[in-house]
Amino acid sequence: MKLHDLAHARTGDKGDTSNISVIAYRADDWPVIEREITAARVAAHFGHADAECVTRYELPQLHALNFVIRGALAGGVTRSLALDAHGKCLASVLLDLEIQGEEP
Amino acid sequence: MKVVRIGAGAGFQGDRIEPAADLARRGELDFLVFECLAERTIALAQQAKLANPTAGFDPLLERRMRAVLSDCIANGTRIITNAGAANPQGAAACVRSVARELGLSVKVAAVTGDDVLDRIGEHILDETGQTAASLGRNLVSANAYIGCDGIVEALAADADVVICGRASDPALFLAPLVHSFGWAMDDWTRLGRGTLIGHMLECAAQVTGGYFADPGSKNVNDLLNIGFPLAEVSEDGNAVITKLPGTGGLVSRATCTEQLLYEIHDPARYLQPDVVADFSRVTLEEIGPDRVQVKGASGTPPTGKLKVSVGYRDGWLGEGQMSYAGVNCIERGRLALDLVGARLQVVGPAIRESRGDLIGLDSIAPTVPGTRQRPTEIRMRYAARCTDRATAQRVGEEVESLYLCGPAGGGGATKSVREIIGIASTLVPRDLVRLDCALLEERDEVA
Repeated sequence: MKLHDLAHARTGDKGDTSNISVIAYRADDWPVIEREITAARVAAHFGHADAECVTRYELPQLHALNFVIRGALAGGVTRSLALDAHGKCLASVLLDLEIQGEEP
Repeated sequence: MKVVRIGAGAGFQGDRIEPAADLARRGELDFLVFECLAERTIALAQQAKLANPTAGFDPLLERRMRAVLSDCIANGTRIITNAGAANPQGAAACVRSVARELGLSVKVAAVTGDDVLDRIGEHILDETGQTAASLGRNLVSANAYIGCDGIVEALAADADVVICGRASDPALFLAPLVHSFGWAMDDWTRLGRGTLIGHMLECAAQVTGGYFADPGSKNVNDLLNIGFPLAEVSEDGNAVITKLPGTGGLVSRATCTEQLLYEIHDPARYLQPDVVADFSRVTLEEIGPDRVQVKGASGTPPTGKLKVSVGYRDGWLGEGQMSYAGVNCIERGRLALDLVGARLQVVGPAIRESRGDLIGLDSIAPTVPGTRQRPTEIRMRYAARCTDRATAQRVGEEVESLYLCGPAGGGGATKSVREIIGIASTLVPRDLVRLDCALLEERDEVA
């Protein structure tokens, strides 16, 4: 099962830091998301060897996580040579993550 | 109980105008706020102003004002915008001339003081570790993110339209709430709540179902006619986020949660000029169709420092793209990238950084081998940061010449060159900013 089946997400950017929210559609799925989507898994999914560059914040009342990924934007929106310099597409890439859990 | 109705008329410089016109006409708003400045916009505006002293503000301002000004004045809706960019006075003059043409009596205020270019030199930039002065002639702009003081002063002076340059985005919304409710500037809870409302509204349709649709998973009705948001704000700073009846889009717990966390790092510490807002215990409740009650933000005192964005010329970006399709397209695309890279070796250090992508395969995120289907078409893209314009042009030329001197079957070449304006940031003491609020004209008599 993909994270996309259980959650939605949006990317934001500030300088060279990207943040990605991950929000459960259903309250029932929140425990799975909270357990499975760790900072280390997010770092690995984006090919960052150093898990320390990802910080996770939890908002249980909203069934939401917020991941802050430093150094994610190749120098930041204004300097990056990347096509998607803002990293706007990264939230959708994160929803590609495989997770263990009941099918919804 | 007094309720202030505040709407968002734009969430970025290029935003749609029709939804703002609808809010002006039917929204029964007290305030309509246009957020039109991205990080880099003001540096580009500063360059435009150097070329033409009457320019340097949002080029769409005139069109926006033509679309909303008559209705706003008729309905008692006051306008607040950062569309002044590098030239709030010029923008105010533009609004005045539109008003005169429309036969309206309008009092326009220009709030200035965010421009600290003449004082920034000795401050150290976070990104480079060097002083701003070390950028020399490449230094273009330095603007502090100001808080709500200047805007509140303009509203207190009865301005119908308040124009500023760089202000923190939420402050554009917090200021009219401070003005309307008479909130104290050390009432951290209310300032935190007002900041949340600003944050929810500042990207306009991003909270009403824009940037949200994912067909099959997240459906949005009538995205075609998406409405912009408005907040019904109570004196305690809690609010209902909604949109006008008959507009498309969606206001739900899900749309509001996405916007709540948009561009947020630590939700308990959202640093603003007037307050450090705490969104960590916010609750969102759907209380009706397209109506979400937002409660529970708070705040603590601000840090005393203001963030300054420093714009500087950072060379030239040269880019070229070419498509390949069918069997073996990835291999031909890779050969094309290798060739362009090798042919550009001759320019040496004039290329400071370069990058090759295969769009459709790895331009957004690295491809994990074997995990994805092979695409039936890809587009190669080569981009380089160059010291000068001529070298940047050469990048696109080397891509275009793949037509005759590259792999088989390339098509649809494009090339582009643009100057790169980099943005660095630093923190400065609050008193570096000298705010001014000028009422550029008195109320015109309507003939």
